[in-house]
Amino acid sequence: MKKAEIEFTVNGKKRTLFVKTNELLINVLRNDLNLTGTKYACGIGECGACTVLLEGRPVLSCLTLAVDVNGKNITTIEGISKDGFDPVQKSFLKNAAVQCGFCTPGMILMAKSLLKENPNPTEDEIRDYLRGNICRCTGYTQIIKAVKECANNHNQDK
Amino acid sequence: MQTDTKILAHEFEYLTPNTLNEALDMLDRYQDKNAKILAGGTDLLVKMKTINLKPDYIINIKNIQEINFITYNDDGLKIGAVTSLSQVEKSKEVKAKYSALYEAIKSMAAIAVRNMGTIAGNLCNASPAADTAPPLIAYGAEVKLANKRGERAVPVEEFLTGPGKTVISSNELLTQLNIPVLDENTGSSFLKIGRVKADIAKINIAVYLERKNNVCKSCKIVFGSVAKTPIRVKGAEDILRGQQLTSDVLTKVAEKASEEIKPITDIRSTAEYRHEIAKVMVEKAVNLAWERAGD
Ligand SMILES: Cc1cc2nc3c(=O)[nH]c(=O)nc-3n(C[C@H](O)[C@H](O)[C@H](O)COP(=O)(O)OP(=O)(O)OC[C@H]3O[C@@H](n4cnc5c(N)ncnc54)[C@H](O)[C@@H]3O)c2cc1C
Ligand code: FES
Ligand code: FES
Repeated sequence: MKKAEIEFTVNGKKRTLFVKTNELLINVLRNDLNLTGTKYACGIGECGACTVLLEGRPVLSCLTLAVDVNGKNITTIEGISKDGFDPVQKSFLKNAAVQCGFCTPGMILMAKSLLKENPNPTEDEIRDYLRGNICRCTGYTQIIKAVKECANNHNQDK
Repeated sequence: MQTDTKILAHEFEYLTPNTLNEALDMLDRYQDKNAKILAGGTDLLVKMKTINLKPDYIINIKNIQEINFITYNDDGLKIGAVTSLSQVEKSKEVKAKYSALYEAIKSMAAIAVRNMGTIAGNLCNASPAADTAPPLIAYGAEVKLANKRGERAVPVEEFLTGPGKTVISSNELLTQLNIPVLDENTGSSFLKIGRVKADIAKINIAVYLERKNNVCKSCKIVFGSVAKTPIRVKGAEDILRGQQLTSDVLTKVAEKASEEIKPITDIRSTAEYRHEIAKVMVEKAVNLAWERAGD
């Protein structure tokens, strides 16, 4: 069996693991590190459920080799807030933007990344940024609303 | 065939060169050993999961800083092989000057895939529907291919030879992309039809033209997803060249373009639909490039 040692940072914590070269990041996160907030659905890049942040930018963990993140920094949904809920999470709850919750981790990470790049996005910009994330419960209206509300709050805070 | 997209069942040796020389050495050593280059992995890993592609070696080139850049000067736009699609899309020059390339990238997949994927991967994967190919062909861009012994430059138009096929040899790496400086009074555009936004193209088109004294001095019209590779419709270009953009000329250009393409019927669309919609797309894309070229 072909294996390699990798050292990477997950949610601020250094981890050293021995992984198979063909192991996918999603399975290392879920099975080895018990970070099950990252979801598997399509496995081929179409749905966004497996989104994580690599060096702060969204990527798909179902199409990333675990060996490929050696030396890098990963943030999963579990790591976006140190204490309690992040404002985006709160807004999702308040706006009923969560139904079954399967798409939610990916949606929230995308929303966080969007708001970092563009603190006051228009509805079109939100829709475009989230277009790779599928919600089977079709809660899109509420999801867009939740992100929009965050954007506005974001601005009032400043 | 059974597919399991949750895991990669097939095992391979994993190599991570840190310099270009190291990568070229590895390619030389493993050229007959079923090695695959890994950039963003958004085509490669999907294929390993779904169509039984089983490389024995994977050479991850992403850590090679020498080929991670995007620069613009008198010499044109230069893009390294591991520069992500998102990095290209964020370049001010690309947005301001290379409209067709900008629009093509914006139309691709979604943010996460564009954070991972590269133009080099899009070209080397050689799908007839590859969205970056038509604009690059329209601009007369070329790719630089290197092996242990040297390098060569190949126009993108000649690089792609069929579905999944290019002129690259198994010991070569596509290291960078060169796009020429665009002359004044030029404009470009890209359009694509998919089932939904962000979909793989049923058909796509890029137009690049030069407009002077209200006449089209030169033009390139390139279609994707209508033949084995993206193709120029040279007969249509000939009709447009030297003419003013009247609706009469535009209709003739559109008719000719529709005759020249060789689409097939596949899961995404029918040949008949592609022939028809091609006319509409040529008219729209030429108009858009014409407006952008100003005068
Ligand atoms: C959900 C989803 C949506 C997509 N939507 C689109 C779309 O709208 N339009 C579109 O055109 N594509 C689309 N794609 C396909 C893919 O994202 C693009 O083709 C992307 O540009 C591939 O780049 P990559 O770096 O990920 O390539 P990889 O998967 O890393 O590589 C692709 C191929 O090229 C080879 N290769 C890569 N780099 C080099 C190099 N420097 N030298 C030699 N060989 C090399 C690899 O060995 C492999 O065979 C989509 C993919 C997914 C998963
Ligand atoms: S599981 Fe990764 S994109 Fe669907
Ligand atoms: S809330 Fe169920 S998939 Fe989105």
